[in-house]
Amino acid sequence: MRLMGRVGEWFDQRLQLGRPIRDVMQHPVPRETASWWYVFGSAALTIFLFQVVTGILLALVYVPSAGEAWNSLQTLNHQITLGWFIRALHGWGSNFMLAIVIIHMVQVFLFGAFKFPRELTWIFGIFLLLLTFGMAFTGQVLRFDQDAYWGLGIGASISSRVPILGPALVKLLLGGPIIAGATLSRFFALHVFVIPGLLIGFVGLHVLMVLKLGVNEWPMPGRIVRRATYVREYHELTAKEGVPFVPNAIWKDIVFSGFILLAIAACAVLLGPFGPGGQPDPTIIQTAPKPDSFFLWIYAVLSFLAPSAETPILLIAPLIGIVVLLLLPFFAGEGEKSWKRRPIAVLVILVAAVSLGTLTHLGQHTPWSPVMDAWSGEPIPSEYLKNRTPLEHQGALVFQSKQCHNCHSLGGEGGKRGPELDQVAVRLTPDQLVRQVIQGGGNMPAYGKNLSPAETTALVKFLETLHPAGQAPAQDASRAIAETDQH
Amino acid sequence: MTSSNDVTRRGFLAKVALVFNGFVGVALAVPIFRYLASPVTRERNVGNNSWLTLGPLDKFPAGETRLATYRNPMVNAWDGETADIACWVRNVDGKKFQVFAINCAHLGCPVRWFPQSSLFMCPCHGGAYYQDGSRASGPPERGLFEYPYKIERANLLIHAGELPTPGPSASKSKGCSSCG
Repeated sequence: MRLMGRVGEWFDQRLQLGRPIRDVMQHPVPRETASWWYVFGSAALTIFLFQVVTGILLALVYVPSAGEAWNSLQTLNHQITLGWFIRALHGWGSNFMLAIVIIHMVQVFLFGAFKFPRELTWIFGIFLLLLTFGMAFTGQVLRFDQDAYWGLGIGASISSRVPILGPALVKLLLGGPIIAGATLSRFFALHVFVIPGLLIGFVGLHVLMVLKLGVNEWPMPGRIVRRATYVREYHELTAKEGVPFVPNAIWKDIVFSGFILLAIAACAVLLGPFGPGGQPDPTIIQTAPKPDSFFLWIYAVLSFLAPSAETPILLIAPLIGIVVLLLLPFFAGEGEKSWKRRPIAVLVILVAAVSLGTLTHLGQHTPWSPVMDAWSGEPIPSEYLKNRTPLEHQGALVFQSKQCHNCHSLGGEGGKRGPELDQVAVRLTPDQLVRQVIQGGGNMPAYGKNLSPAETTALVKFLETLHPAGQAPAQDASRAIAETDQH
Repeated sequence: MTSSNDVTRRGFLAKVALVFNGFVGVALAVPIFRYLASPVTRERNVGNNSWLTLGPLDKFPAGETRLATYRNPMVNAWDGETADIACWVRNVDGKKFQVFAINCAHLGCPVRWFPQSSLFMCPCHGGAYYQDGSRASGPPERGLFEYPYKIERANLLIHAGELPTPGPSASKSKGCSSCG
C-alpha cells in the first residue's frame, strides 16, 4: 500500500490533478438534486463515450467507399464474429442517445435550469442537440443503402431551394454533380472527425459550466430567480443544506448509466442491427425510401406543406426554431423556475410532444403515398361485387386496372392518398363523379385522356353502387325536377 | 519606466508576430478554400454534362415509356453502382421523344411509371405526373425534369451528368424541355 501511495504521489507531483479532482468530487450540491430527475445529462455523456468506442470498433472494418461500403456492412453483419452485435450496439446507442438528450433537454426546460446564470450552458446544450441530430443523419448516410442514397437526394433537393446559393450548396453537399463516392467520403469525414470533434469540445465546456456554476437547484414555487441575488442565494443554499457530489449524488448517475447501457445491449441482442437495406444502386427504383425514426416527423411535414409555401417554410422555420431556442434564456432569464408556476412552458412541451408524436406516427404509415401495388395486390371486397350488372363489374375492373386503388381505399384496403370510396355515391352525384374522374382536381390527376368513354361510363356505374344499403345515392335535385316536369 | 518600455517592446513584437501569423493564415486559407470549393468550381473547367447514349432506338417502342440507364460521365473508380443512373424514356410517336429524370421534382425520390393509368407516381410524398411529365397532383411544384436529347445513327443520346434538383439551376433545364 505504501508503494501505491508513493507511485500516486509521484504522478500527482507532476500531473497536479489530485486537488482539482478532489474539489470536483466534494463540491456541495443542493440536497434535493441528488435525485433520479438529474441523471439524464450524465447518461447522455455515457452514451456518447459508448458511441465513440463502438464507432471505433466499426471503423476497424467499415470501408467508406461508395463501391464497397454496403459490402463491408454485409461482412460485418454476417462474416465477422459478433460484427452484427457491434453494429447493433452503435445503432441502438444512437437512438438512445437522441432520446436521452431530448429527455434531458425537456427536464432542463421544465426545471428552469436555463435561467440566469446558466444561459450559456443552455446555448451550448442546443449546439449539442443539433450536433447529435447531425451525427444521426450522417450515421444514417454511412449505412450506405437505398434509404441513405435517396435520403441524400432529399437533402440535396432541400438545399437546392436556397436562393442564389442553392446549386453551389448541392455540389458542396454531394462533393460533385451526383450522389457518389465523394458524397460518402465527406459524410464519413463529418461523422467521424468533424462533428465528434465539435461534440467533445462543447461537451467539455457544458460539463465545466455545470461544475463551475453548480447544478440547478430543485425548483420551488415562489423561489424567484433575480440576477442581483441569485448567486449569493445559491451559495447559501449549498452551504446550508448541500451534500457532497460524490457519493451522495453520483451513485444515481452511475446506476442509471449502467441501466441505459444494459438497455442498449438488450435491444441490440433482441432486435439486432439496423439494415443495411437494399443496395445503393439508383437503377433499382422499386423502393420507398424512408428516414430513420427520429427524422420521420420531418418526412411527414414535407408531405403536408402546400407547394407554394414549401420552400419558404423549409428554409425559414428551422432557423426561427433554433433562434428561439438560443434566445430563450435571454427573454426568460429571471423569474419562476418551477413548472407549477409556468403553465405556458408545460403547454409548449405538451404541444411539441403531441405534434412530434403524431407526425412520427404518420411518417411510419405514410397515408399520403400511393400504395404502389394495391391495384394488383388488394382485391375489391367481394360484397361490393355481389348482385352487380356486367357493366358495374366492368367498372370494378377499370377501378383496379387503372390503379384507382393505389390512392383510394375500399373496405379499408388500398391507398389513403385520396378519400376512401366505400360510400362515395352518397357524396357525389353521377355527373359529379364523371367530372371528377375526367377532370381530376382537389389533388387528383385528370383521367380524361386515359379513359375511353366506355371505361368512364363503366367506372362511374360501379362507383354509383358504393353506398350503404339503407341510404340512397346522391342525386342532382334539378335533374329530378326536370324529370318530374316531363311527366 | 524601463520595465514598462520593455513590456511595450515585447508586446509590440507579440503583435507583429500575430500579424505575421495572420498573413500566413490567409496564405494557407486561400488554397484550402479553393480545395473545399472544388466541387462547385470544377464545372467551369470541364462541365458536368455531356452527351451519353441510352442505346439503340428500337429499345424504345413508339407510344411507350421505358426505363433506361446510363453511366454518369464524371466517375471515380470507387463510385461503384452509384454512378449508374436511371431515367424514363417516352417515345411519343416514333419521331418525338421525352427523357425524364428518375428524380421526383419534389424531393428527388425515384418516380415509377404506371402504363395502365399513364401516370408517374412517387413513393415518398405522393407526387404524380402525367405521361408527358407535367404535374398531375401532390406536393411537386412543377413537372418532371427533362434531359435534352438527340438521335445519332439510330441511337438515343441525352445531355446529362448532374443530379436534377428543384432549385434555380433545375428550372433552367425546364426551359430546355422544348429543345428535345
